Amino acid sequence: MWHVLKRILGDGIVSEPIPEPATDWYAEEQSIRGEMLAILGRALAIREVDTGSCNGCELEIHALNNPLYNIEGLGIKFVASPRHADLLLVTGPVSRHMEEALRRTYDATPAPKLVVAVGECACTGGLFGESYASCGRVANVIPVDVTVPGCPPPPIDILRGLLAAVKSRPESGDINPHTFSAGFN
Amino acid sequence: MDFHGLGIDFERLATPLPIWHGAVDADRWEALARAVAEARGRLVSLWAGDRRATGGGFVVSAAYAGLDGLLIAELTLDAEAPAYPDLASFFPAANRLQRAAFDLVGVAAAGAADRRPWLRHGAWPADFFPLRHDADPQARFDPQPDDYPFVPVEGDGVHEIPVGPVHAGIIEPGHFRFSVVGEKVLRLEERLGYKHKGIEKRFVGMDLDSGARLAGRVSGDSTVAHAWAYAMAAEALAGTSIPPRAAWLRALLLERERVANHLGDLGALGNDAAFGFALAQFSRLRENWQRLSRDCFGHRLLMDCVVPGGIAADLDGDAAARLLGQAADTRRAVEELKRIFDEHAGLQDRLVTTGRVTPALAARLGLAGLAGRASGQGVDLRADFPWAPYDRLAVQACTHLNGDVAARVATRFAEVFESLRLIEDILAQLPAGEIHTPVLARPDAVGAGWVEGWRGQVFAALETDAAGRIARCHCHDPSWQNWPVLEHAVIGNIVADFPLINKSFNLSYSGQDL
Repeated sequence: MWHVLKRILGDGIVSEPIPEPATDWYAEEQSIRGEMLAILGRALAIREVDTGSCNGCELEIHALNNPLYNIEGLGIKFVASPRHADLLLVTGPVSRHMEEALRRTYDATPAPKLVVAVGECACTGGLFGESYASCGRVANVIPVDVTVPGCPPPPIDILRGLLAAVKSRPESGDINPHTFSAGFN
Repeated sequence: MDFHGLGIDFERLATPLPIWHGAVDADRWEALARAVAEARGRLVSLWAGDRRATGGGFVVSAAYAGLDGLLIAELTLDAEAPAYPDLASFFPAANRLQRAAFDLVGVAAAGAADRRPWLRHGAWPADFFPLRHDADPQARFDPQPDDYPFVPVEGDGVHEIPVGPVHAGIIEPGHFRFSVVGEKVLRLEERLGYKHKGIEKRFVGMDLDSGARLAGRVSGDSTVAHAWAYAMAAEALAGTSIPPRAAWLRALLLERERVANHLGDLGALGNDAAFGFALAQFSRLRENWQRLSRDCFGHRLLMDCVVPGGIAADLDGDAAARLLGQAADTRRAVEELKRIFDEHAGLQDRLVTTGRVTPALAARLGLAGLAGRASGQGVDLRADFPWAPYDRLAVQACTHLNGDVAARVATRFAEVFESLRLIEDILAQLPAGEIHTPVLARPDAVGAGWVEGWRGQVFAALETDAAGRIARCHCHDPSWQNWPVLEHAVIGNIVADFPLINKSFNLSYSGQDL
């Protein structure tokens, strides 16, 4: 135990400053409604769904939990069920074998159910494209709010995409969360 | 050259490791499998192809590792009723490979006990075989009924826990069917193939350089290993040998990939045993490691650094000094963390005897790579067939006999230290010179590549068509061998230890779903 404490004290706090949100990555067809985000504030529960990635994107999403990015310190955490999630973080082209699982996950997520597509494959279909086995990009299967490009995008870009998704939090506290239906479907 | 006295004419491919290629008939196909199994060789891969467009037939190939290197046997099959003798009775790992070969090409293993689909769920119909030359690349199908017959377990108090394909963490998708009594696992049956995205069909018609990018995305955590195996196959097919400096830099990349994965997994293993400190420490080390990879090689995961003919970019400026400095810093930090792991009774209690695969079971099932070495299988291509530059580095294979989660943790620690030593030795001896040679694809040629990735042996087989473009590329990840063994490793353990056992193997879903 002594060694553990010594190491922790020796390291101190290594977390780095928060990056700017990447608002230019809003998907064209979907723009995020400010009132939905008012409900969320900046606390955010994410359900990660891999629908066919090479697992490179997963490695970089994992990295967000390391002490340098310290994503939980920003009020953002990964949760174990879509029913607990505000946002789906989707990687990979959508393989046809994962198409129904992704739809069901989306249906199980309560509104406002933001969707962030992470990585080249999720944004465009990438190298794998569309085929007998692949539906291509995530937007071909469910609506997407923000796309984060890169193969894979570095953690800082994934964080900027997430912050873009939760950005427009109003400064004043005059929005009554009860006027919006959180909804369960 | 003949092996095992079977009269098969094997031809040596122009590869830095000994890889042999030969045609067999159905009798010798089976006789070779028997001879390799008796000599305690291993099945590395099995795949099929369709050469009817160029006047050939269907073919099935098997690659075996033994004392002579890698033997690739190719059997031509009847065009009307393509079938070949089953290999699963000699090598259990053949089961899923044969089922995948049927799903993709429609060639059947005659006499195989298990004929269930493997990679085909409901995305395409049973009479469509995507890798046949006449399979329409534009084909799209409505979802087909998908009722997979899991093996039922019955008895008093037995119930099933279905898990996945969407898992509770940041993990790739797959389905696990646990049959349990109380907390105890009686049986685990895996169902994979959810990530099948048609990689092998995608390869068809690509040029060699585009294919390298795709090979580097078969499994993102092993991008260097897959890209190197692919590049080796492309160079063998073209008859090109790469400049010495390129080979040394490839080894530097491969060892850095090994260390990055072990650092990530050691942290995650601590975390799965409720020791969050380990995750914080190791994930920070891994992040620093990836950042220096970006600075020195241009990519945090080292994707697209290995290309046919050499590597994409040379080290510049103070890169070598920074890499050396980081190796020393990482060794110091990991030594301290290893002491903490070793002295932590609560942690060891979770790791020791959990998820055990005995050396005898590992040998029978063909457990590969890192997990195999932790179960007494002393196989490491870098030590067994040291190709350049490993012939100058005297790699020590790290082995353990206990075969439990603790042994796989110990093996990872040992391999981190060995790879750090290799990184220092590589940087000290790095020859000057070119880093790339042009690779001109020969038409109608075959090549193969074989590399010891961080998880185990990665293999690639490559064929070109008359125009020198890719006719068939098969990339094999050792996860194929190890997924079935995981089913055995969890028997008798409690359900709550499954994440820990699973992480100790850390197998690729993408690499086997293709």
